[in-house]
Amino acid sequence: MYVAVKGGEPAIDNAHRLLARERRGDPSVPELSLAQIEQQLALAVDRVMTEGSLHDRALAALAVKQSRGDLIEAIFLLRAYRTTLPRLGVSLPLDTATMVVHRRVSAIFKDLPGGQILGPTFDYTHRLLDFELADPGEGSAPPMEEGRGPRAEVSLPRVMDLLDREGLIESEPPAREEDRVGDLTREPLTFPAGRDVRLQNLARGDEGFLLAMGYATQRGYGRNHPFAGEIRHGEVTVSLAPEELGFAVEIATITVTECQMVNQFKGSATSPAQFTRGYGLVFGGAERKAMAMALVDRALRGRELGEEPTSPTQDEEFVLSHSDSVEASGFVQHLKLPHYVDFQSELVLVRDLRAAHGTPRVPATHAIR
Amino acid sequence: MTHYNFAYLDEQTKRMIRRAVLKAVAVPGYQVPFGSREMPLSYGWGTGGVQVTASVIGPTDVLKVIDQGADDTTNAVSIRKFFARTTGVATTTSTEAATLIQTRHRIPETALREGQILVLQVPIPEPLRWLEPREAETRKMHALEEYGVMYVRLYEDITRHGRVAQTYEYPVIVDGRYLMRPSPIPKFDNPKLDRSPALLLFGAGREKRIYAVPPWTAVKSLDFDDHPFEVEHWDRPCDLCGARGAFLDELIVDDKGGRLFICSDTDFCARRRPAADPPRAMW
Repeated sequence: MYVAVKGGEPAIDNAHRLLARERRGDPSVPELSLAQIEQQLALAVDRVMTEGSLHDRALAALAVKQSRGDLIEAIFLLRAYRTTLPRLGVSLPLDTATMVVHRRVSAIFKDLPGGQILGPTFDYTHRLLDFELADPGEGSAPPMEEGRGPRAEVSLPRVMDLLDREGLIESEPPAREEDRVGDLTREPLTFPAGRDVRLQNLARGDEGFLLAMGYATQRGYGRNHPFAGEIRHGEVTVSLAPEELGFAVEIATITVTECQMVNQFKGSATSPAQFTRGYGLVFGGAERKAMAMALVDRALRGRELGEEPTSPTQDEEFVLSHSDSVEASGFVQHLKLPHYVDFQSELVLVRDLRAAHGTPRVPATHAIR
Repeated sequence: MTHYNFAYLDEQTKRMIRRAVLKAVAVPGYQVPFGSREMPLSYGWGTGGVQVTASVIGPTDVLKVIDQGADDTTNAVSIRKFFARTTGVATTTSTEAATLIQTRHRIPETALREGQILVLQVPIPEPLRWLEPREAETRKMHALEEYGVMYVRLYEDITRHGRVAQTYEYPVIVDGRYLMRPSPIPKFDNPKLDRSPALLLFGAGREKRIYAVPPWTAVKSLDFDDHPFEVEHWDRPCDLCGARGAFLDELIVDDKGGRLFICSDTDFCARRRPAADPPRAMW
């Protein structure tokens, strides 16, 4: 008879057991190790760290394993863990000019100091399934040529700084010490949002959502004439300056991808024509996300630049309120929770309205008790 | 659960939430933004209610958790288990025995008493949201007490259907000032909000808002002189306990249109049935 959602506790326990079994799959197939996930599904790990707002490869790999490869679920797991961690301090801004670069491309200058560095990219691969990978023991990866890897002693100037020297692009307002950086995970988002909070929101935002929003700007919904000024990927050091020390100490080296978009701006009555910026930064190699983020960041700067908002991509409330995959996934999926009280109220109303309309009521027979 | 603090949240977070709760109590019906945390259960499952409960619960509390009025629905079971694990407090299904009740979509049929706290889980806290999607705008409308649009919306229902066609989360005015969305409880439960002896706390985790109706506060469901507020009623009693005037769930029991109408409040219903008639296996 009626058992649907009642029967609670044993049903939940059994569901958890079933889930654990499904997660493991066929026991005759060797179990995945965290090291395998971390190394061989590195981009999944990067995405989970970026949108989970926590740089920890091992924990992200664990989350990917536990979630059976459902990355939004993995992001949720990492977030729920992160929320329990104390905040010990705020790092100094990353200096990406000192990055040990693995990849660096600019779409706006054919050559530039330091040159273009293609690095490890899917960009020019032919998307042909490589059946050699299907065989276990594919062998070792091709060796790196001597002296060709990224070099720590070479720092490449940022393209944006070169443009800035000529005044062609808007200057970044210098960071002031008294400016506290907002934190969405501690304080609720309010509107209008500052750029710090907006960038945090976008960095945590769902890659698919940002990709669609960024794509929409390219197709005319809040067009902002972007050029990929520079994309760089590599290692940067994170420094912390504890108050009681009075100087900065390096606490970590992390891998990030940064995208600086250069966007056309015709100028206004008060300011001359100048290029404007859109910014994206992600952990690891989530390059697609970094680029989409930069497009959306620029679209959302419309108000600040005096542009008339004409599409949802330029609407801060629309974008920032719906970018978070954990929030969105929760609210969409909560529809499967019981709503029979609300639905009963609606049934009563619709039956009354139909009766008032003169529609004959189909009699409901009594059940045998 | 030795790795986690009492009731899961750390004390700093609880303090932040308690401050928001105090502000909410001081300004009845006003939505207080708070630094909602990411909880280990999904948004939409009651993260707001869980955070409020976690910050007000103490070791001597007796906790009841219901969903759709029932103590034994999966989500109620899951949340009750979460608190049993993280606090070790006593839990109950009895409305009378509970000092703290977390609920989704219902207010118990048994009258609440002074000293009890009812925590309601809220998906969308903003009563004006379907009329104005922008938070920046709706906050302004609340500040200016600009609630005309809501009356217009109700009036439009009357012109179309001859009655207000809002059946749940029916809008109310709290303490003569703030328009409030009483979470998706059926309008049947709205009269229980008015001058409730218990403290009513509303938590919206995803939307990061807390609001409150302090004990004995006037809560008025919006209506018109010629169209007074009415609650839904059933022309039959509960098929299990015979109660009239309780909110009934409708069960489809066969494929020939057979229906069973039973109390949505399982505790209320079970108490009214003779002891010789123990709950059937399916419940």
